[in-house]
Amino acid sequence: MIGALLAETPALPLHTAGKYVAGAYVVLFALVLIYVAIMAIRMSRVERELGELLQEAEQREPLERAPEAGQREQVAAGSLPESAQSESTAV
Amino acid sequence: MYGKGLRTLSLATVATMTAALALVFFYAPLEAEQGFLQKIFYVHVPLAIVSLAGFVIGGLCAIQHLRTRDQRWDMRSYVAIHMSLIFGLGTLITGSIWAKGSWGHWWVWSEPTLVSFLIVFLLYATYQPLRFAIEDPERQARYASVFAVTAGAFVPLNFIAVRLSTAYLHPRVLGSTSNLPGPMALTFVISLAAIALLYATLCKYELTAKHTRAQVRALRRRLAGEHEFIPERSRTAAPRLAPTPGIGAGSAGSGR
Repeated sequence: MIGALLAETPALPLHTAGKYVAGAYVVLFALVLIYVAIMAIRMSRVERELGELLQEAEQREPLERAPEAGQREQVAAGSLPESAQSESTAV
Repeated sequence: MYGKGLRTLSLATVATMTAALALVFFYAPLEAEQGFLQKIFYVHVPLAIVSLAGFVIGGLCAIQHLRTRDQRWDMRSYVAIHMSLIFGLGTLITGSIWAKGSWGHWWVWSEPTLVSFLIVFLLYATYQPLRFAIEDPERQARYASVFAVTAGAFVPLNFIAVRLSTAYLHPRVLGSTSNLPGPMALTFVISLAAIALLYATLCKYELTAKHTRAQVRALRRRLAGEHEFIPERSRTAAPRLAPTPGIGAGSAGSGR
């Protein structure tokens, strides 16, 4: 298959010009590859940053819930004054 | 917001690039004088055209930024110029390789097309240092836009001036594409479309990445709360893009 394809090629880089043509096309692909590699590094940095933020948010969640849960328990036990009870229920 | 259509654009770019390469090496006939070496034409010339067009687009976006003061136009202008510089570097390197193969020299200083392109490239090479030199983001964006408009106007003027010059070795391409034999012209047009699509895809990719980073920073600011101190990022040449409304509601406009 590849042999037949190569046989059909009008010109293969088998002469002196071949290295120049190959060089020019390699330059284009190298530039794109370098650019994509740099972008991949940047993306991994963003991914890491997002992971940190997610961790931070997860750590914060129980802390934010704790006072609310404590208040609810106090209301259920009837240890909070009426005014505080109404405030907490309003919240 | 910026990522919309990126997948379709990427697929179209890959398909067009593959078609262009197939046409270059399996369809386009060999040129009588230069033979196989002429295949560089299908990568060098589209790179040059797209690069110069990108500089002009950067200027047009800068005009929009100056008119509307919208940060997004500054970002588009920055990305267009940034990408054109990369494509310009590709043009210079592939051109040098072609010159070595064709004329026996890596660079010919007496050739107006080569030197004028180098001048344009070096002019735009000062764009990033200019931005970096200005700390205030608003002033940075404004000065960069003025630069982009002025330099963008210089590109077509330079192009016309070179074409008017008589002493040249460099082959003329634009305006004489009709002189190319049919298969060669078709290959050239497909190659040009492929490089233009590659440029558009990379620009969109860069814009999406910058916008995502702005959103992450806004989210960090939001999570930290207004009372907490967040160290500012060191000085940068890249524009500050505001995050999508809703994500950085507490810090809209800071987008760093």
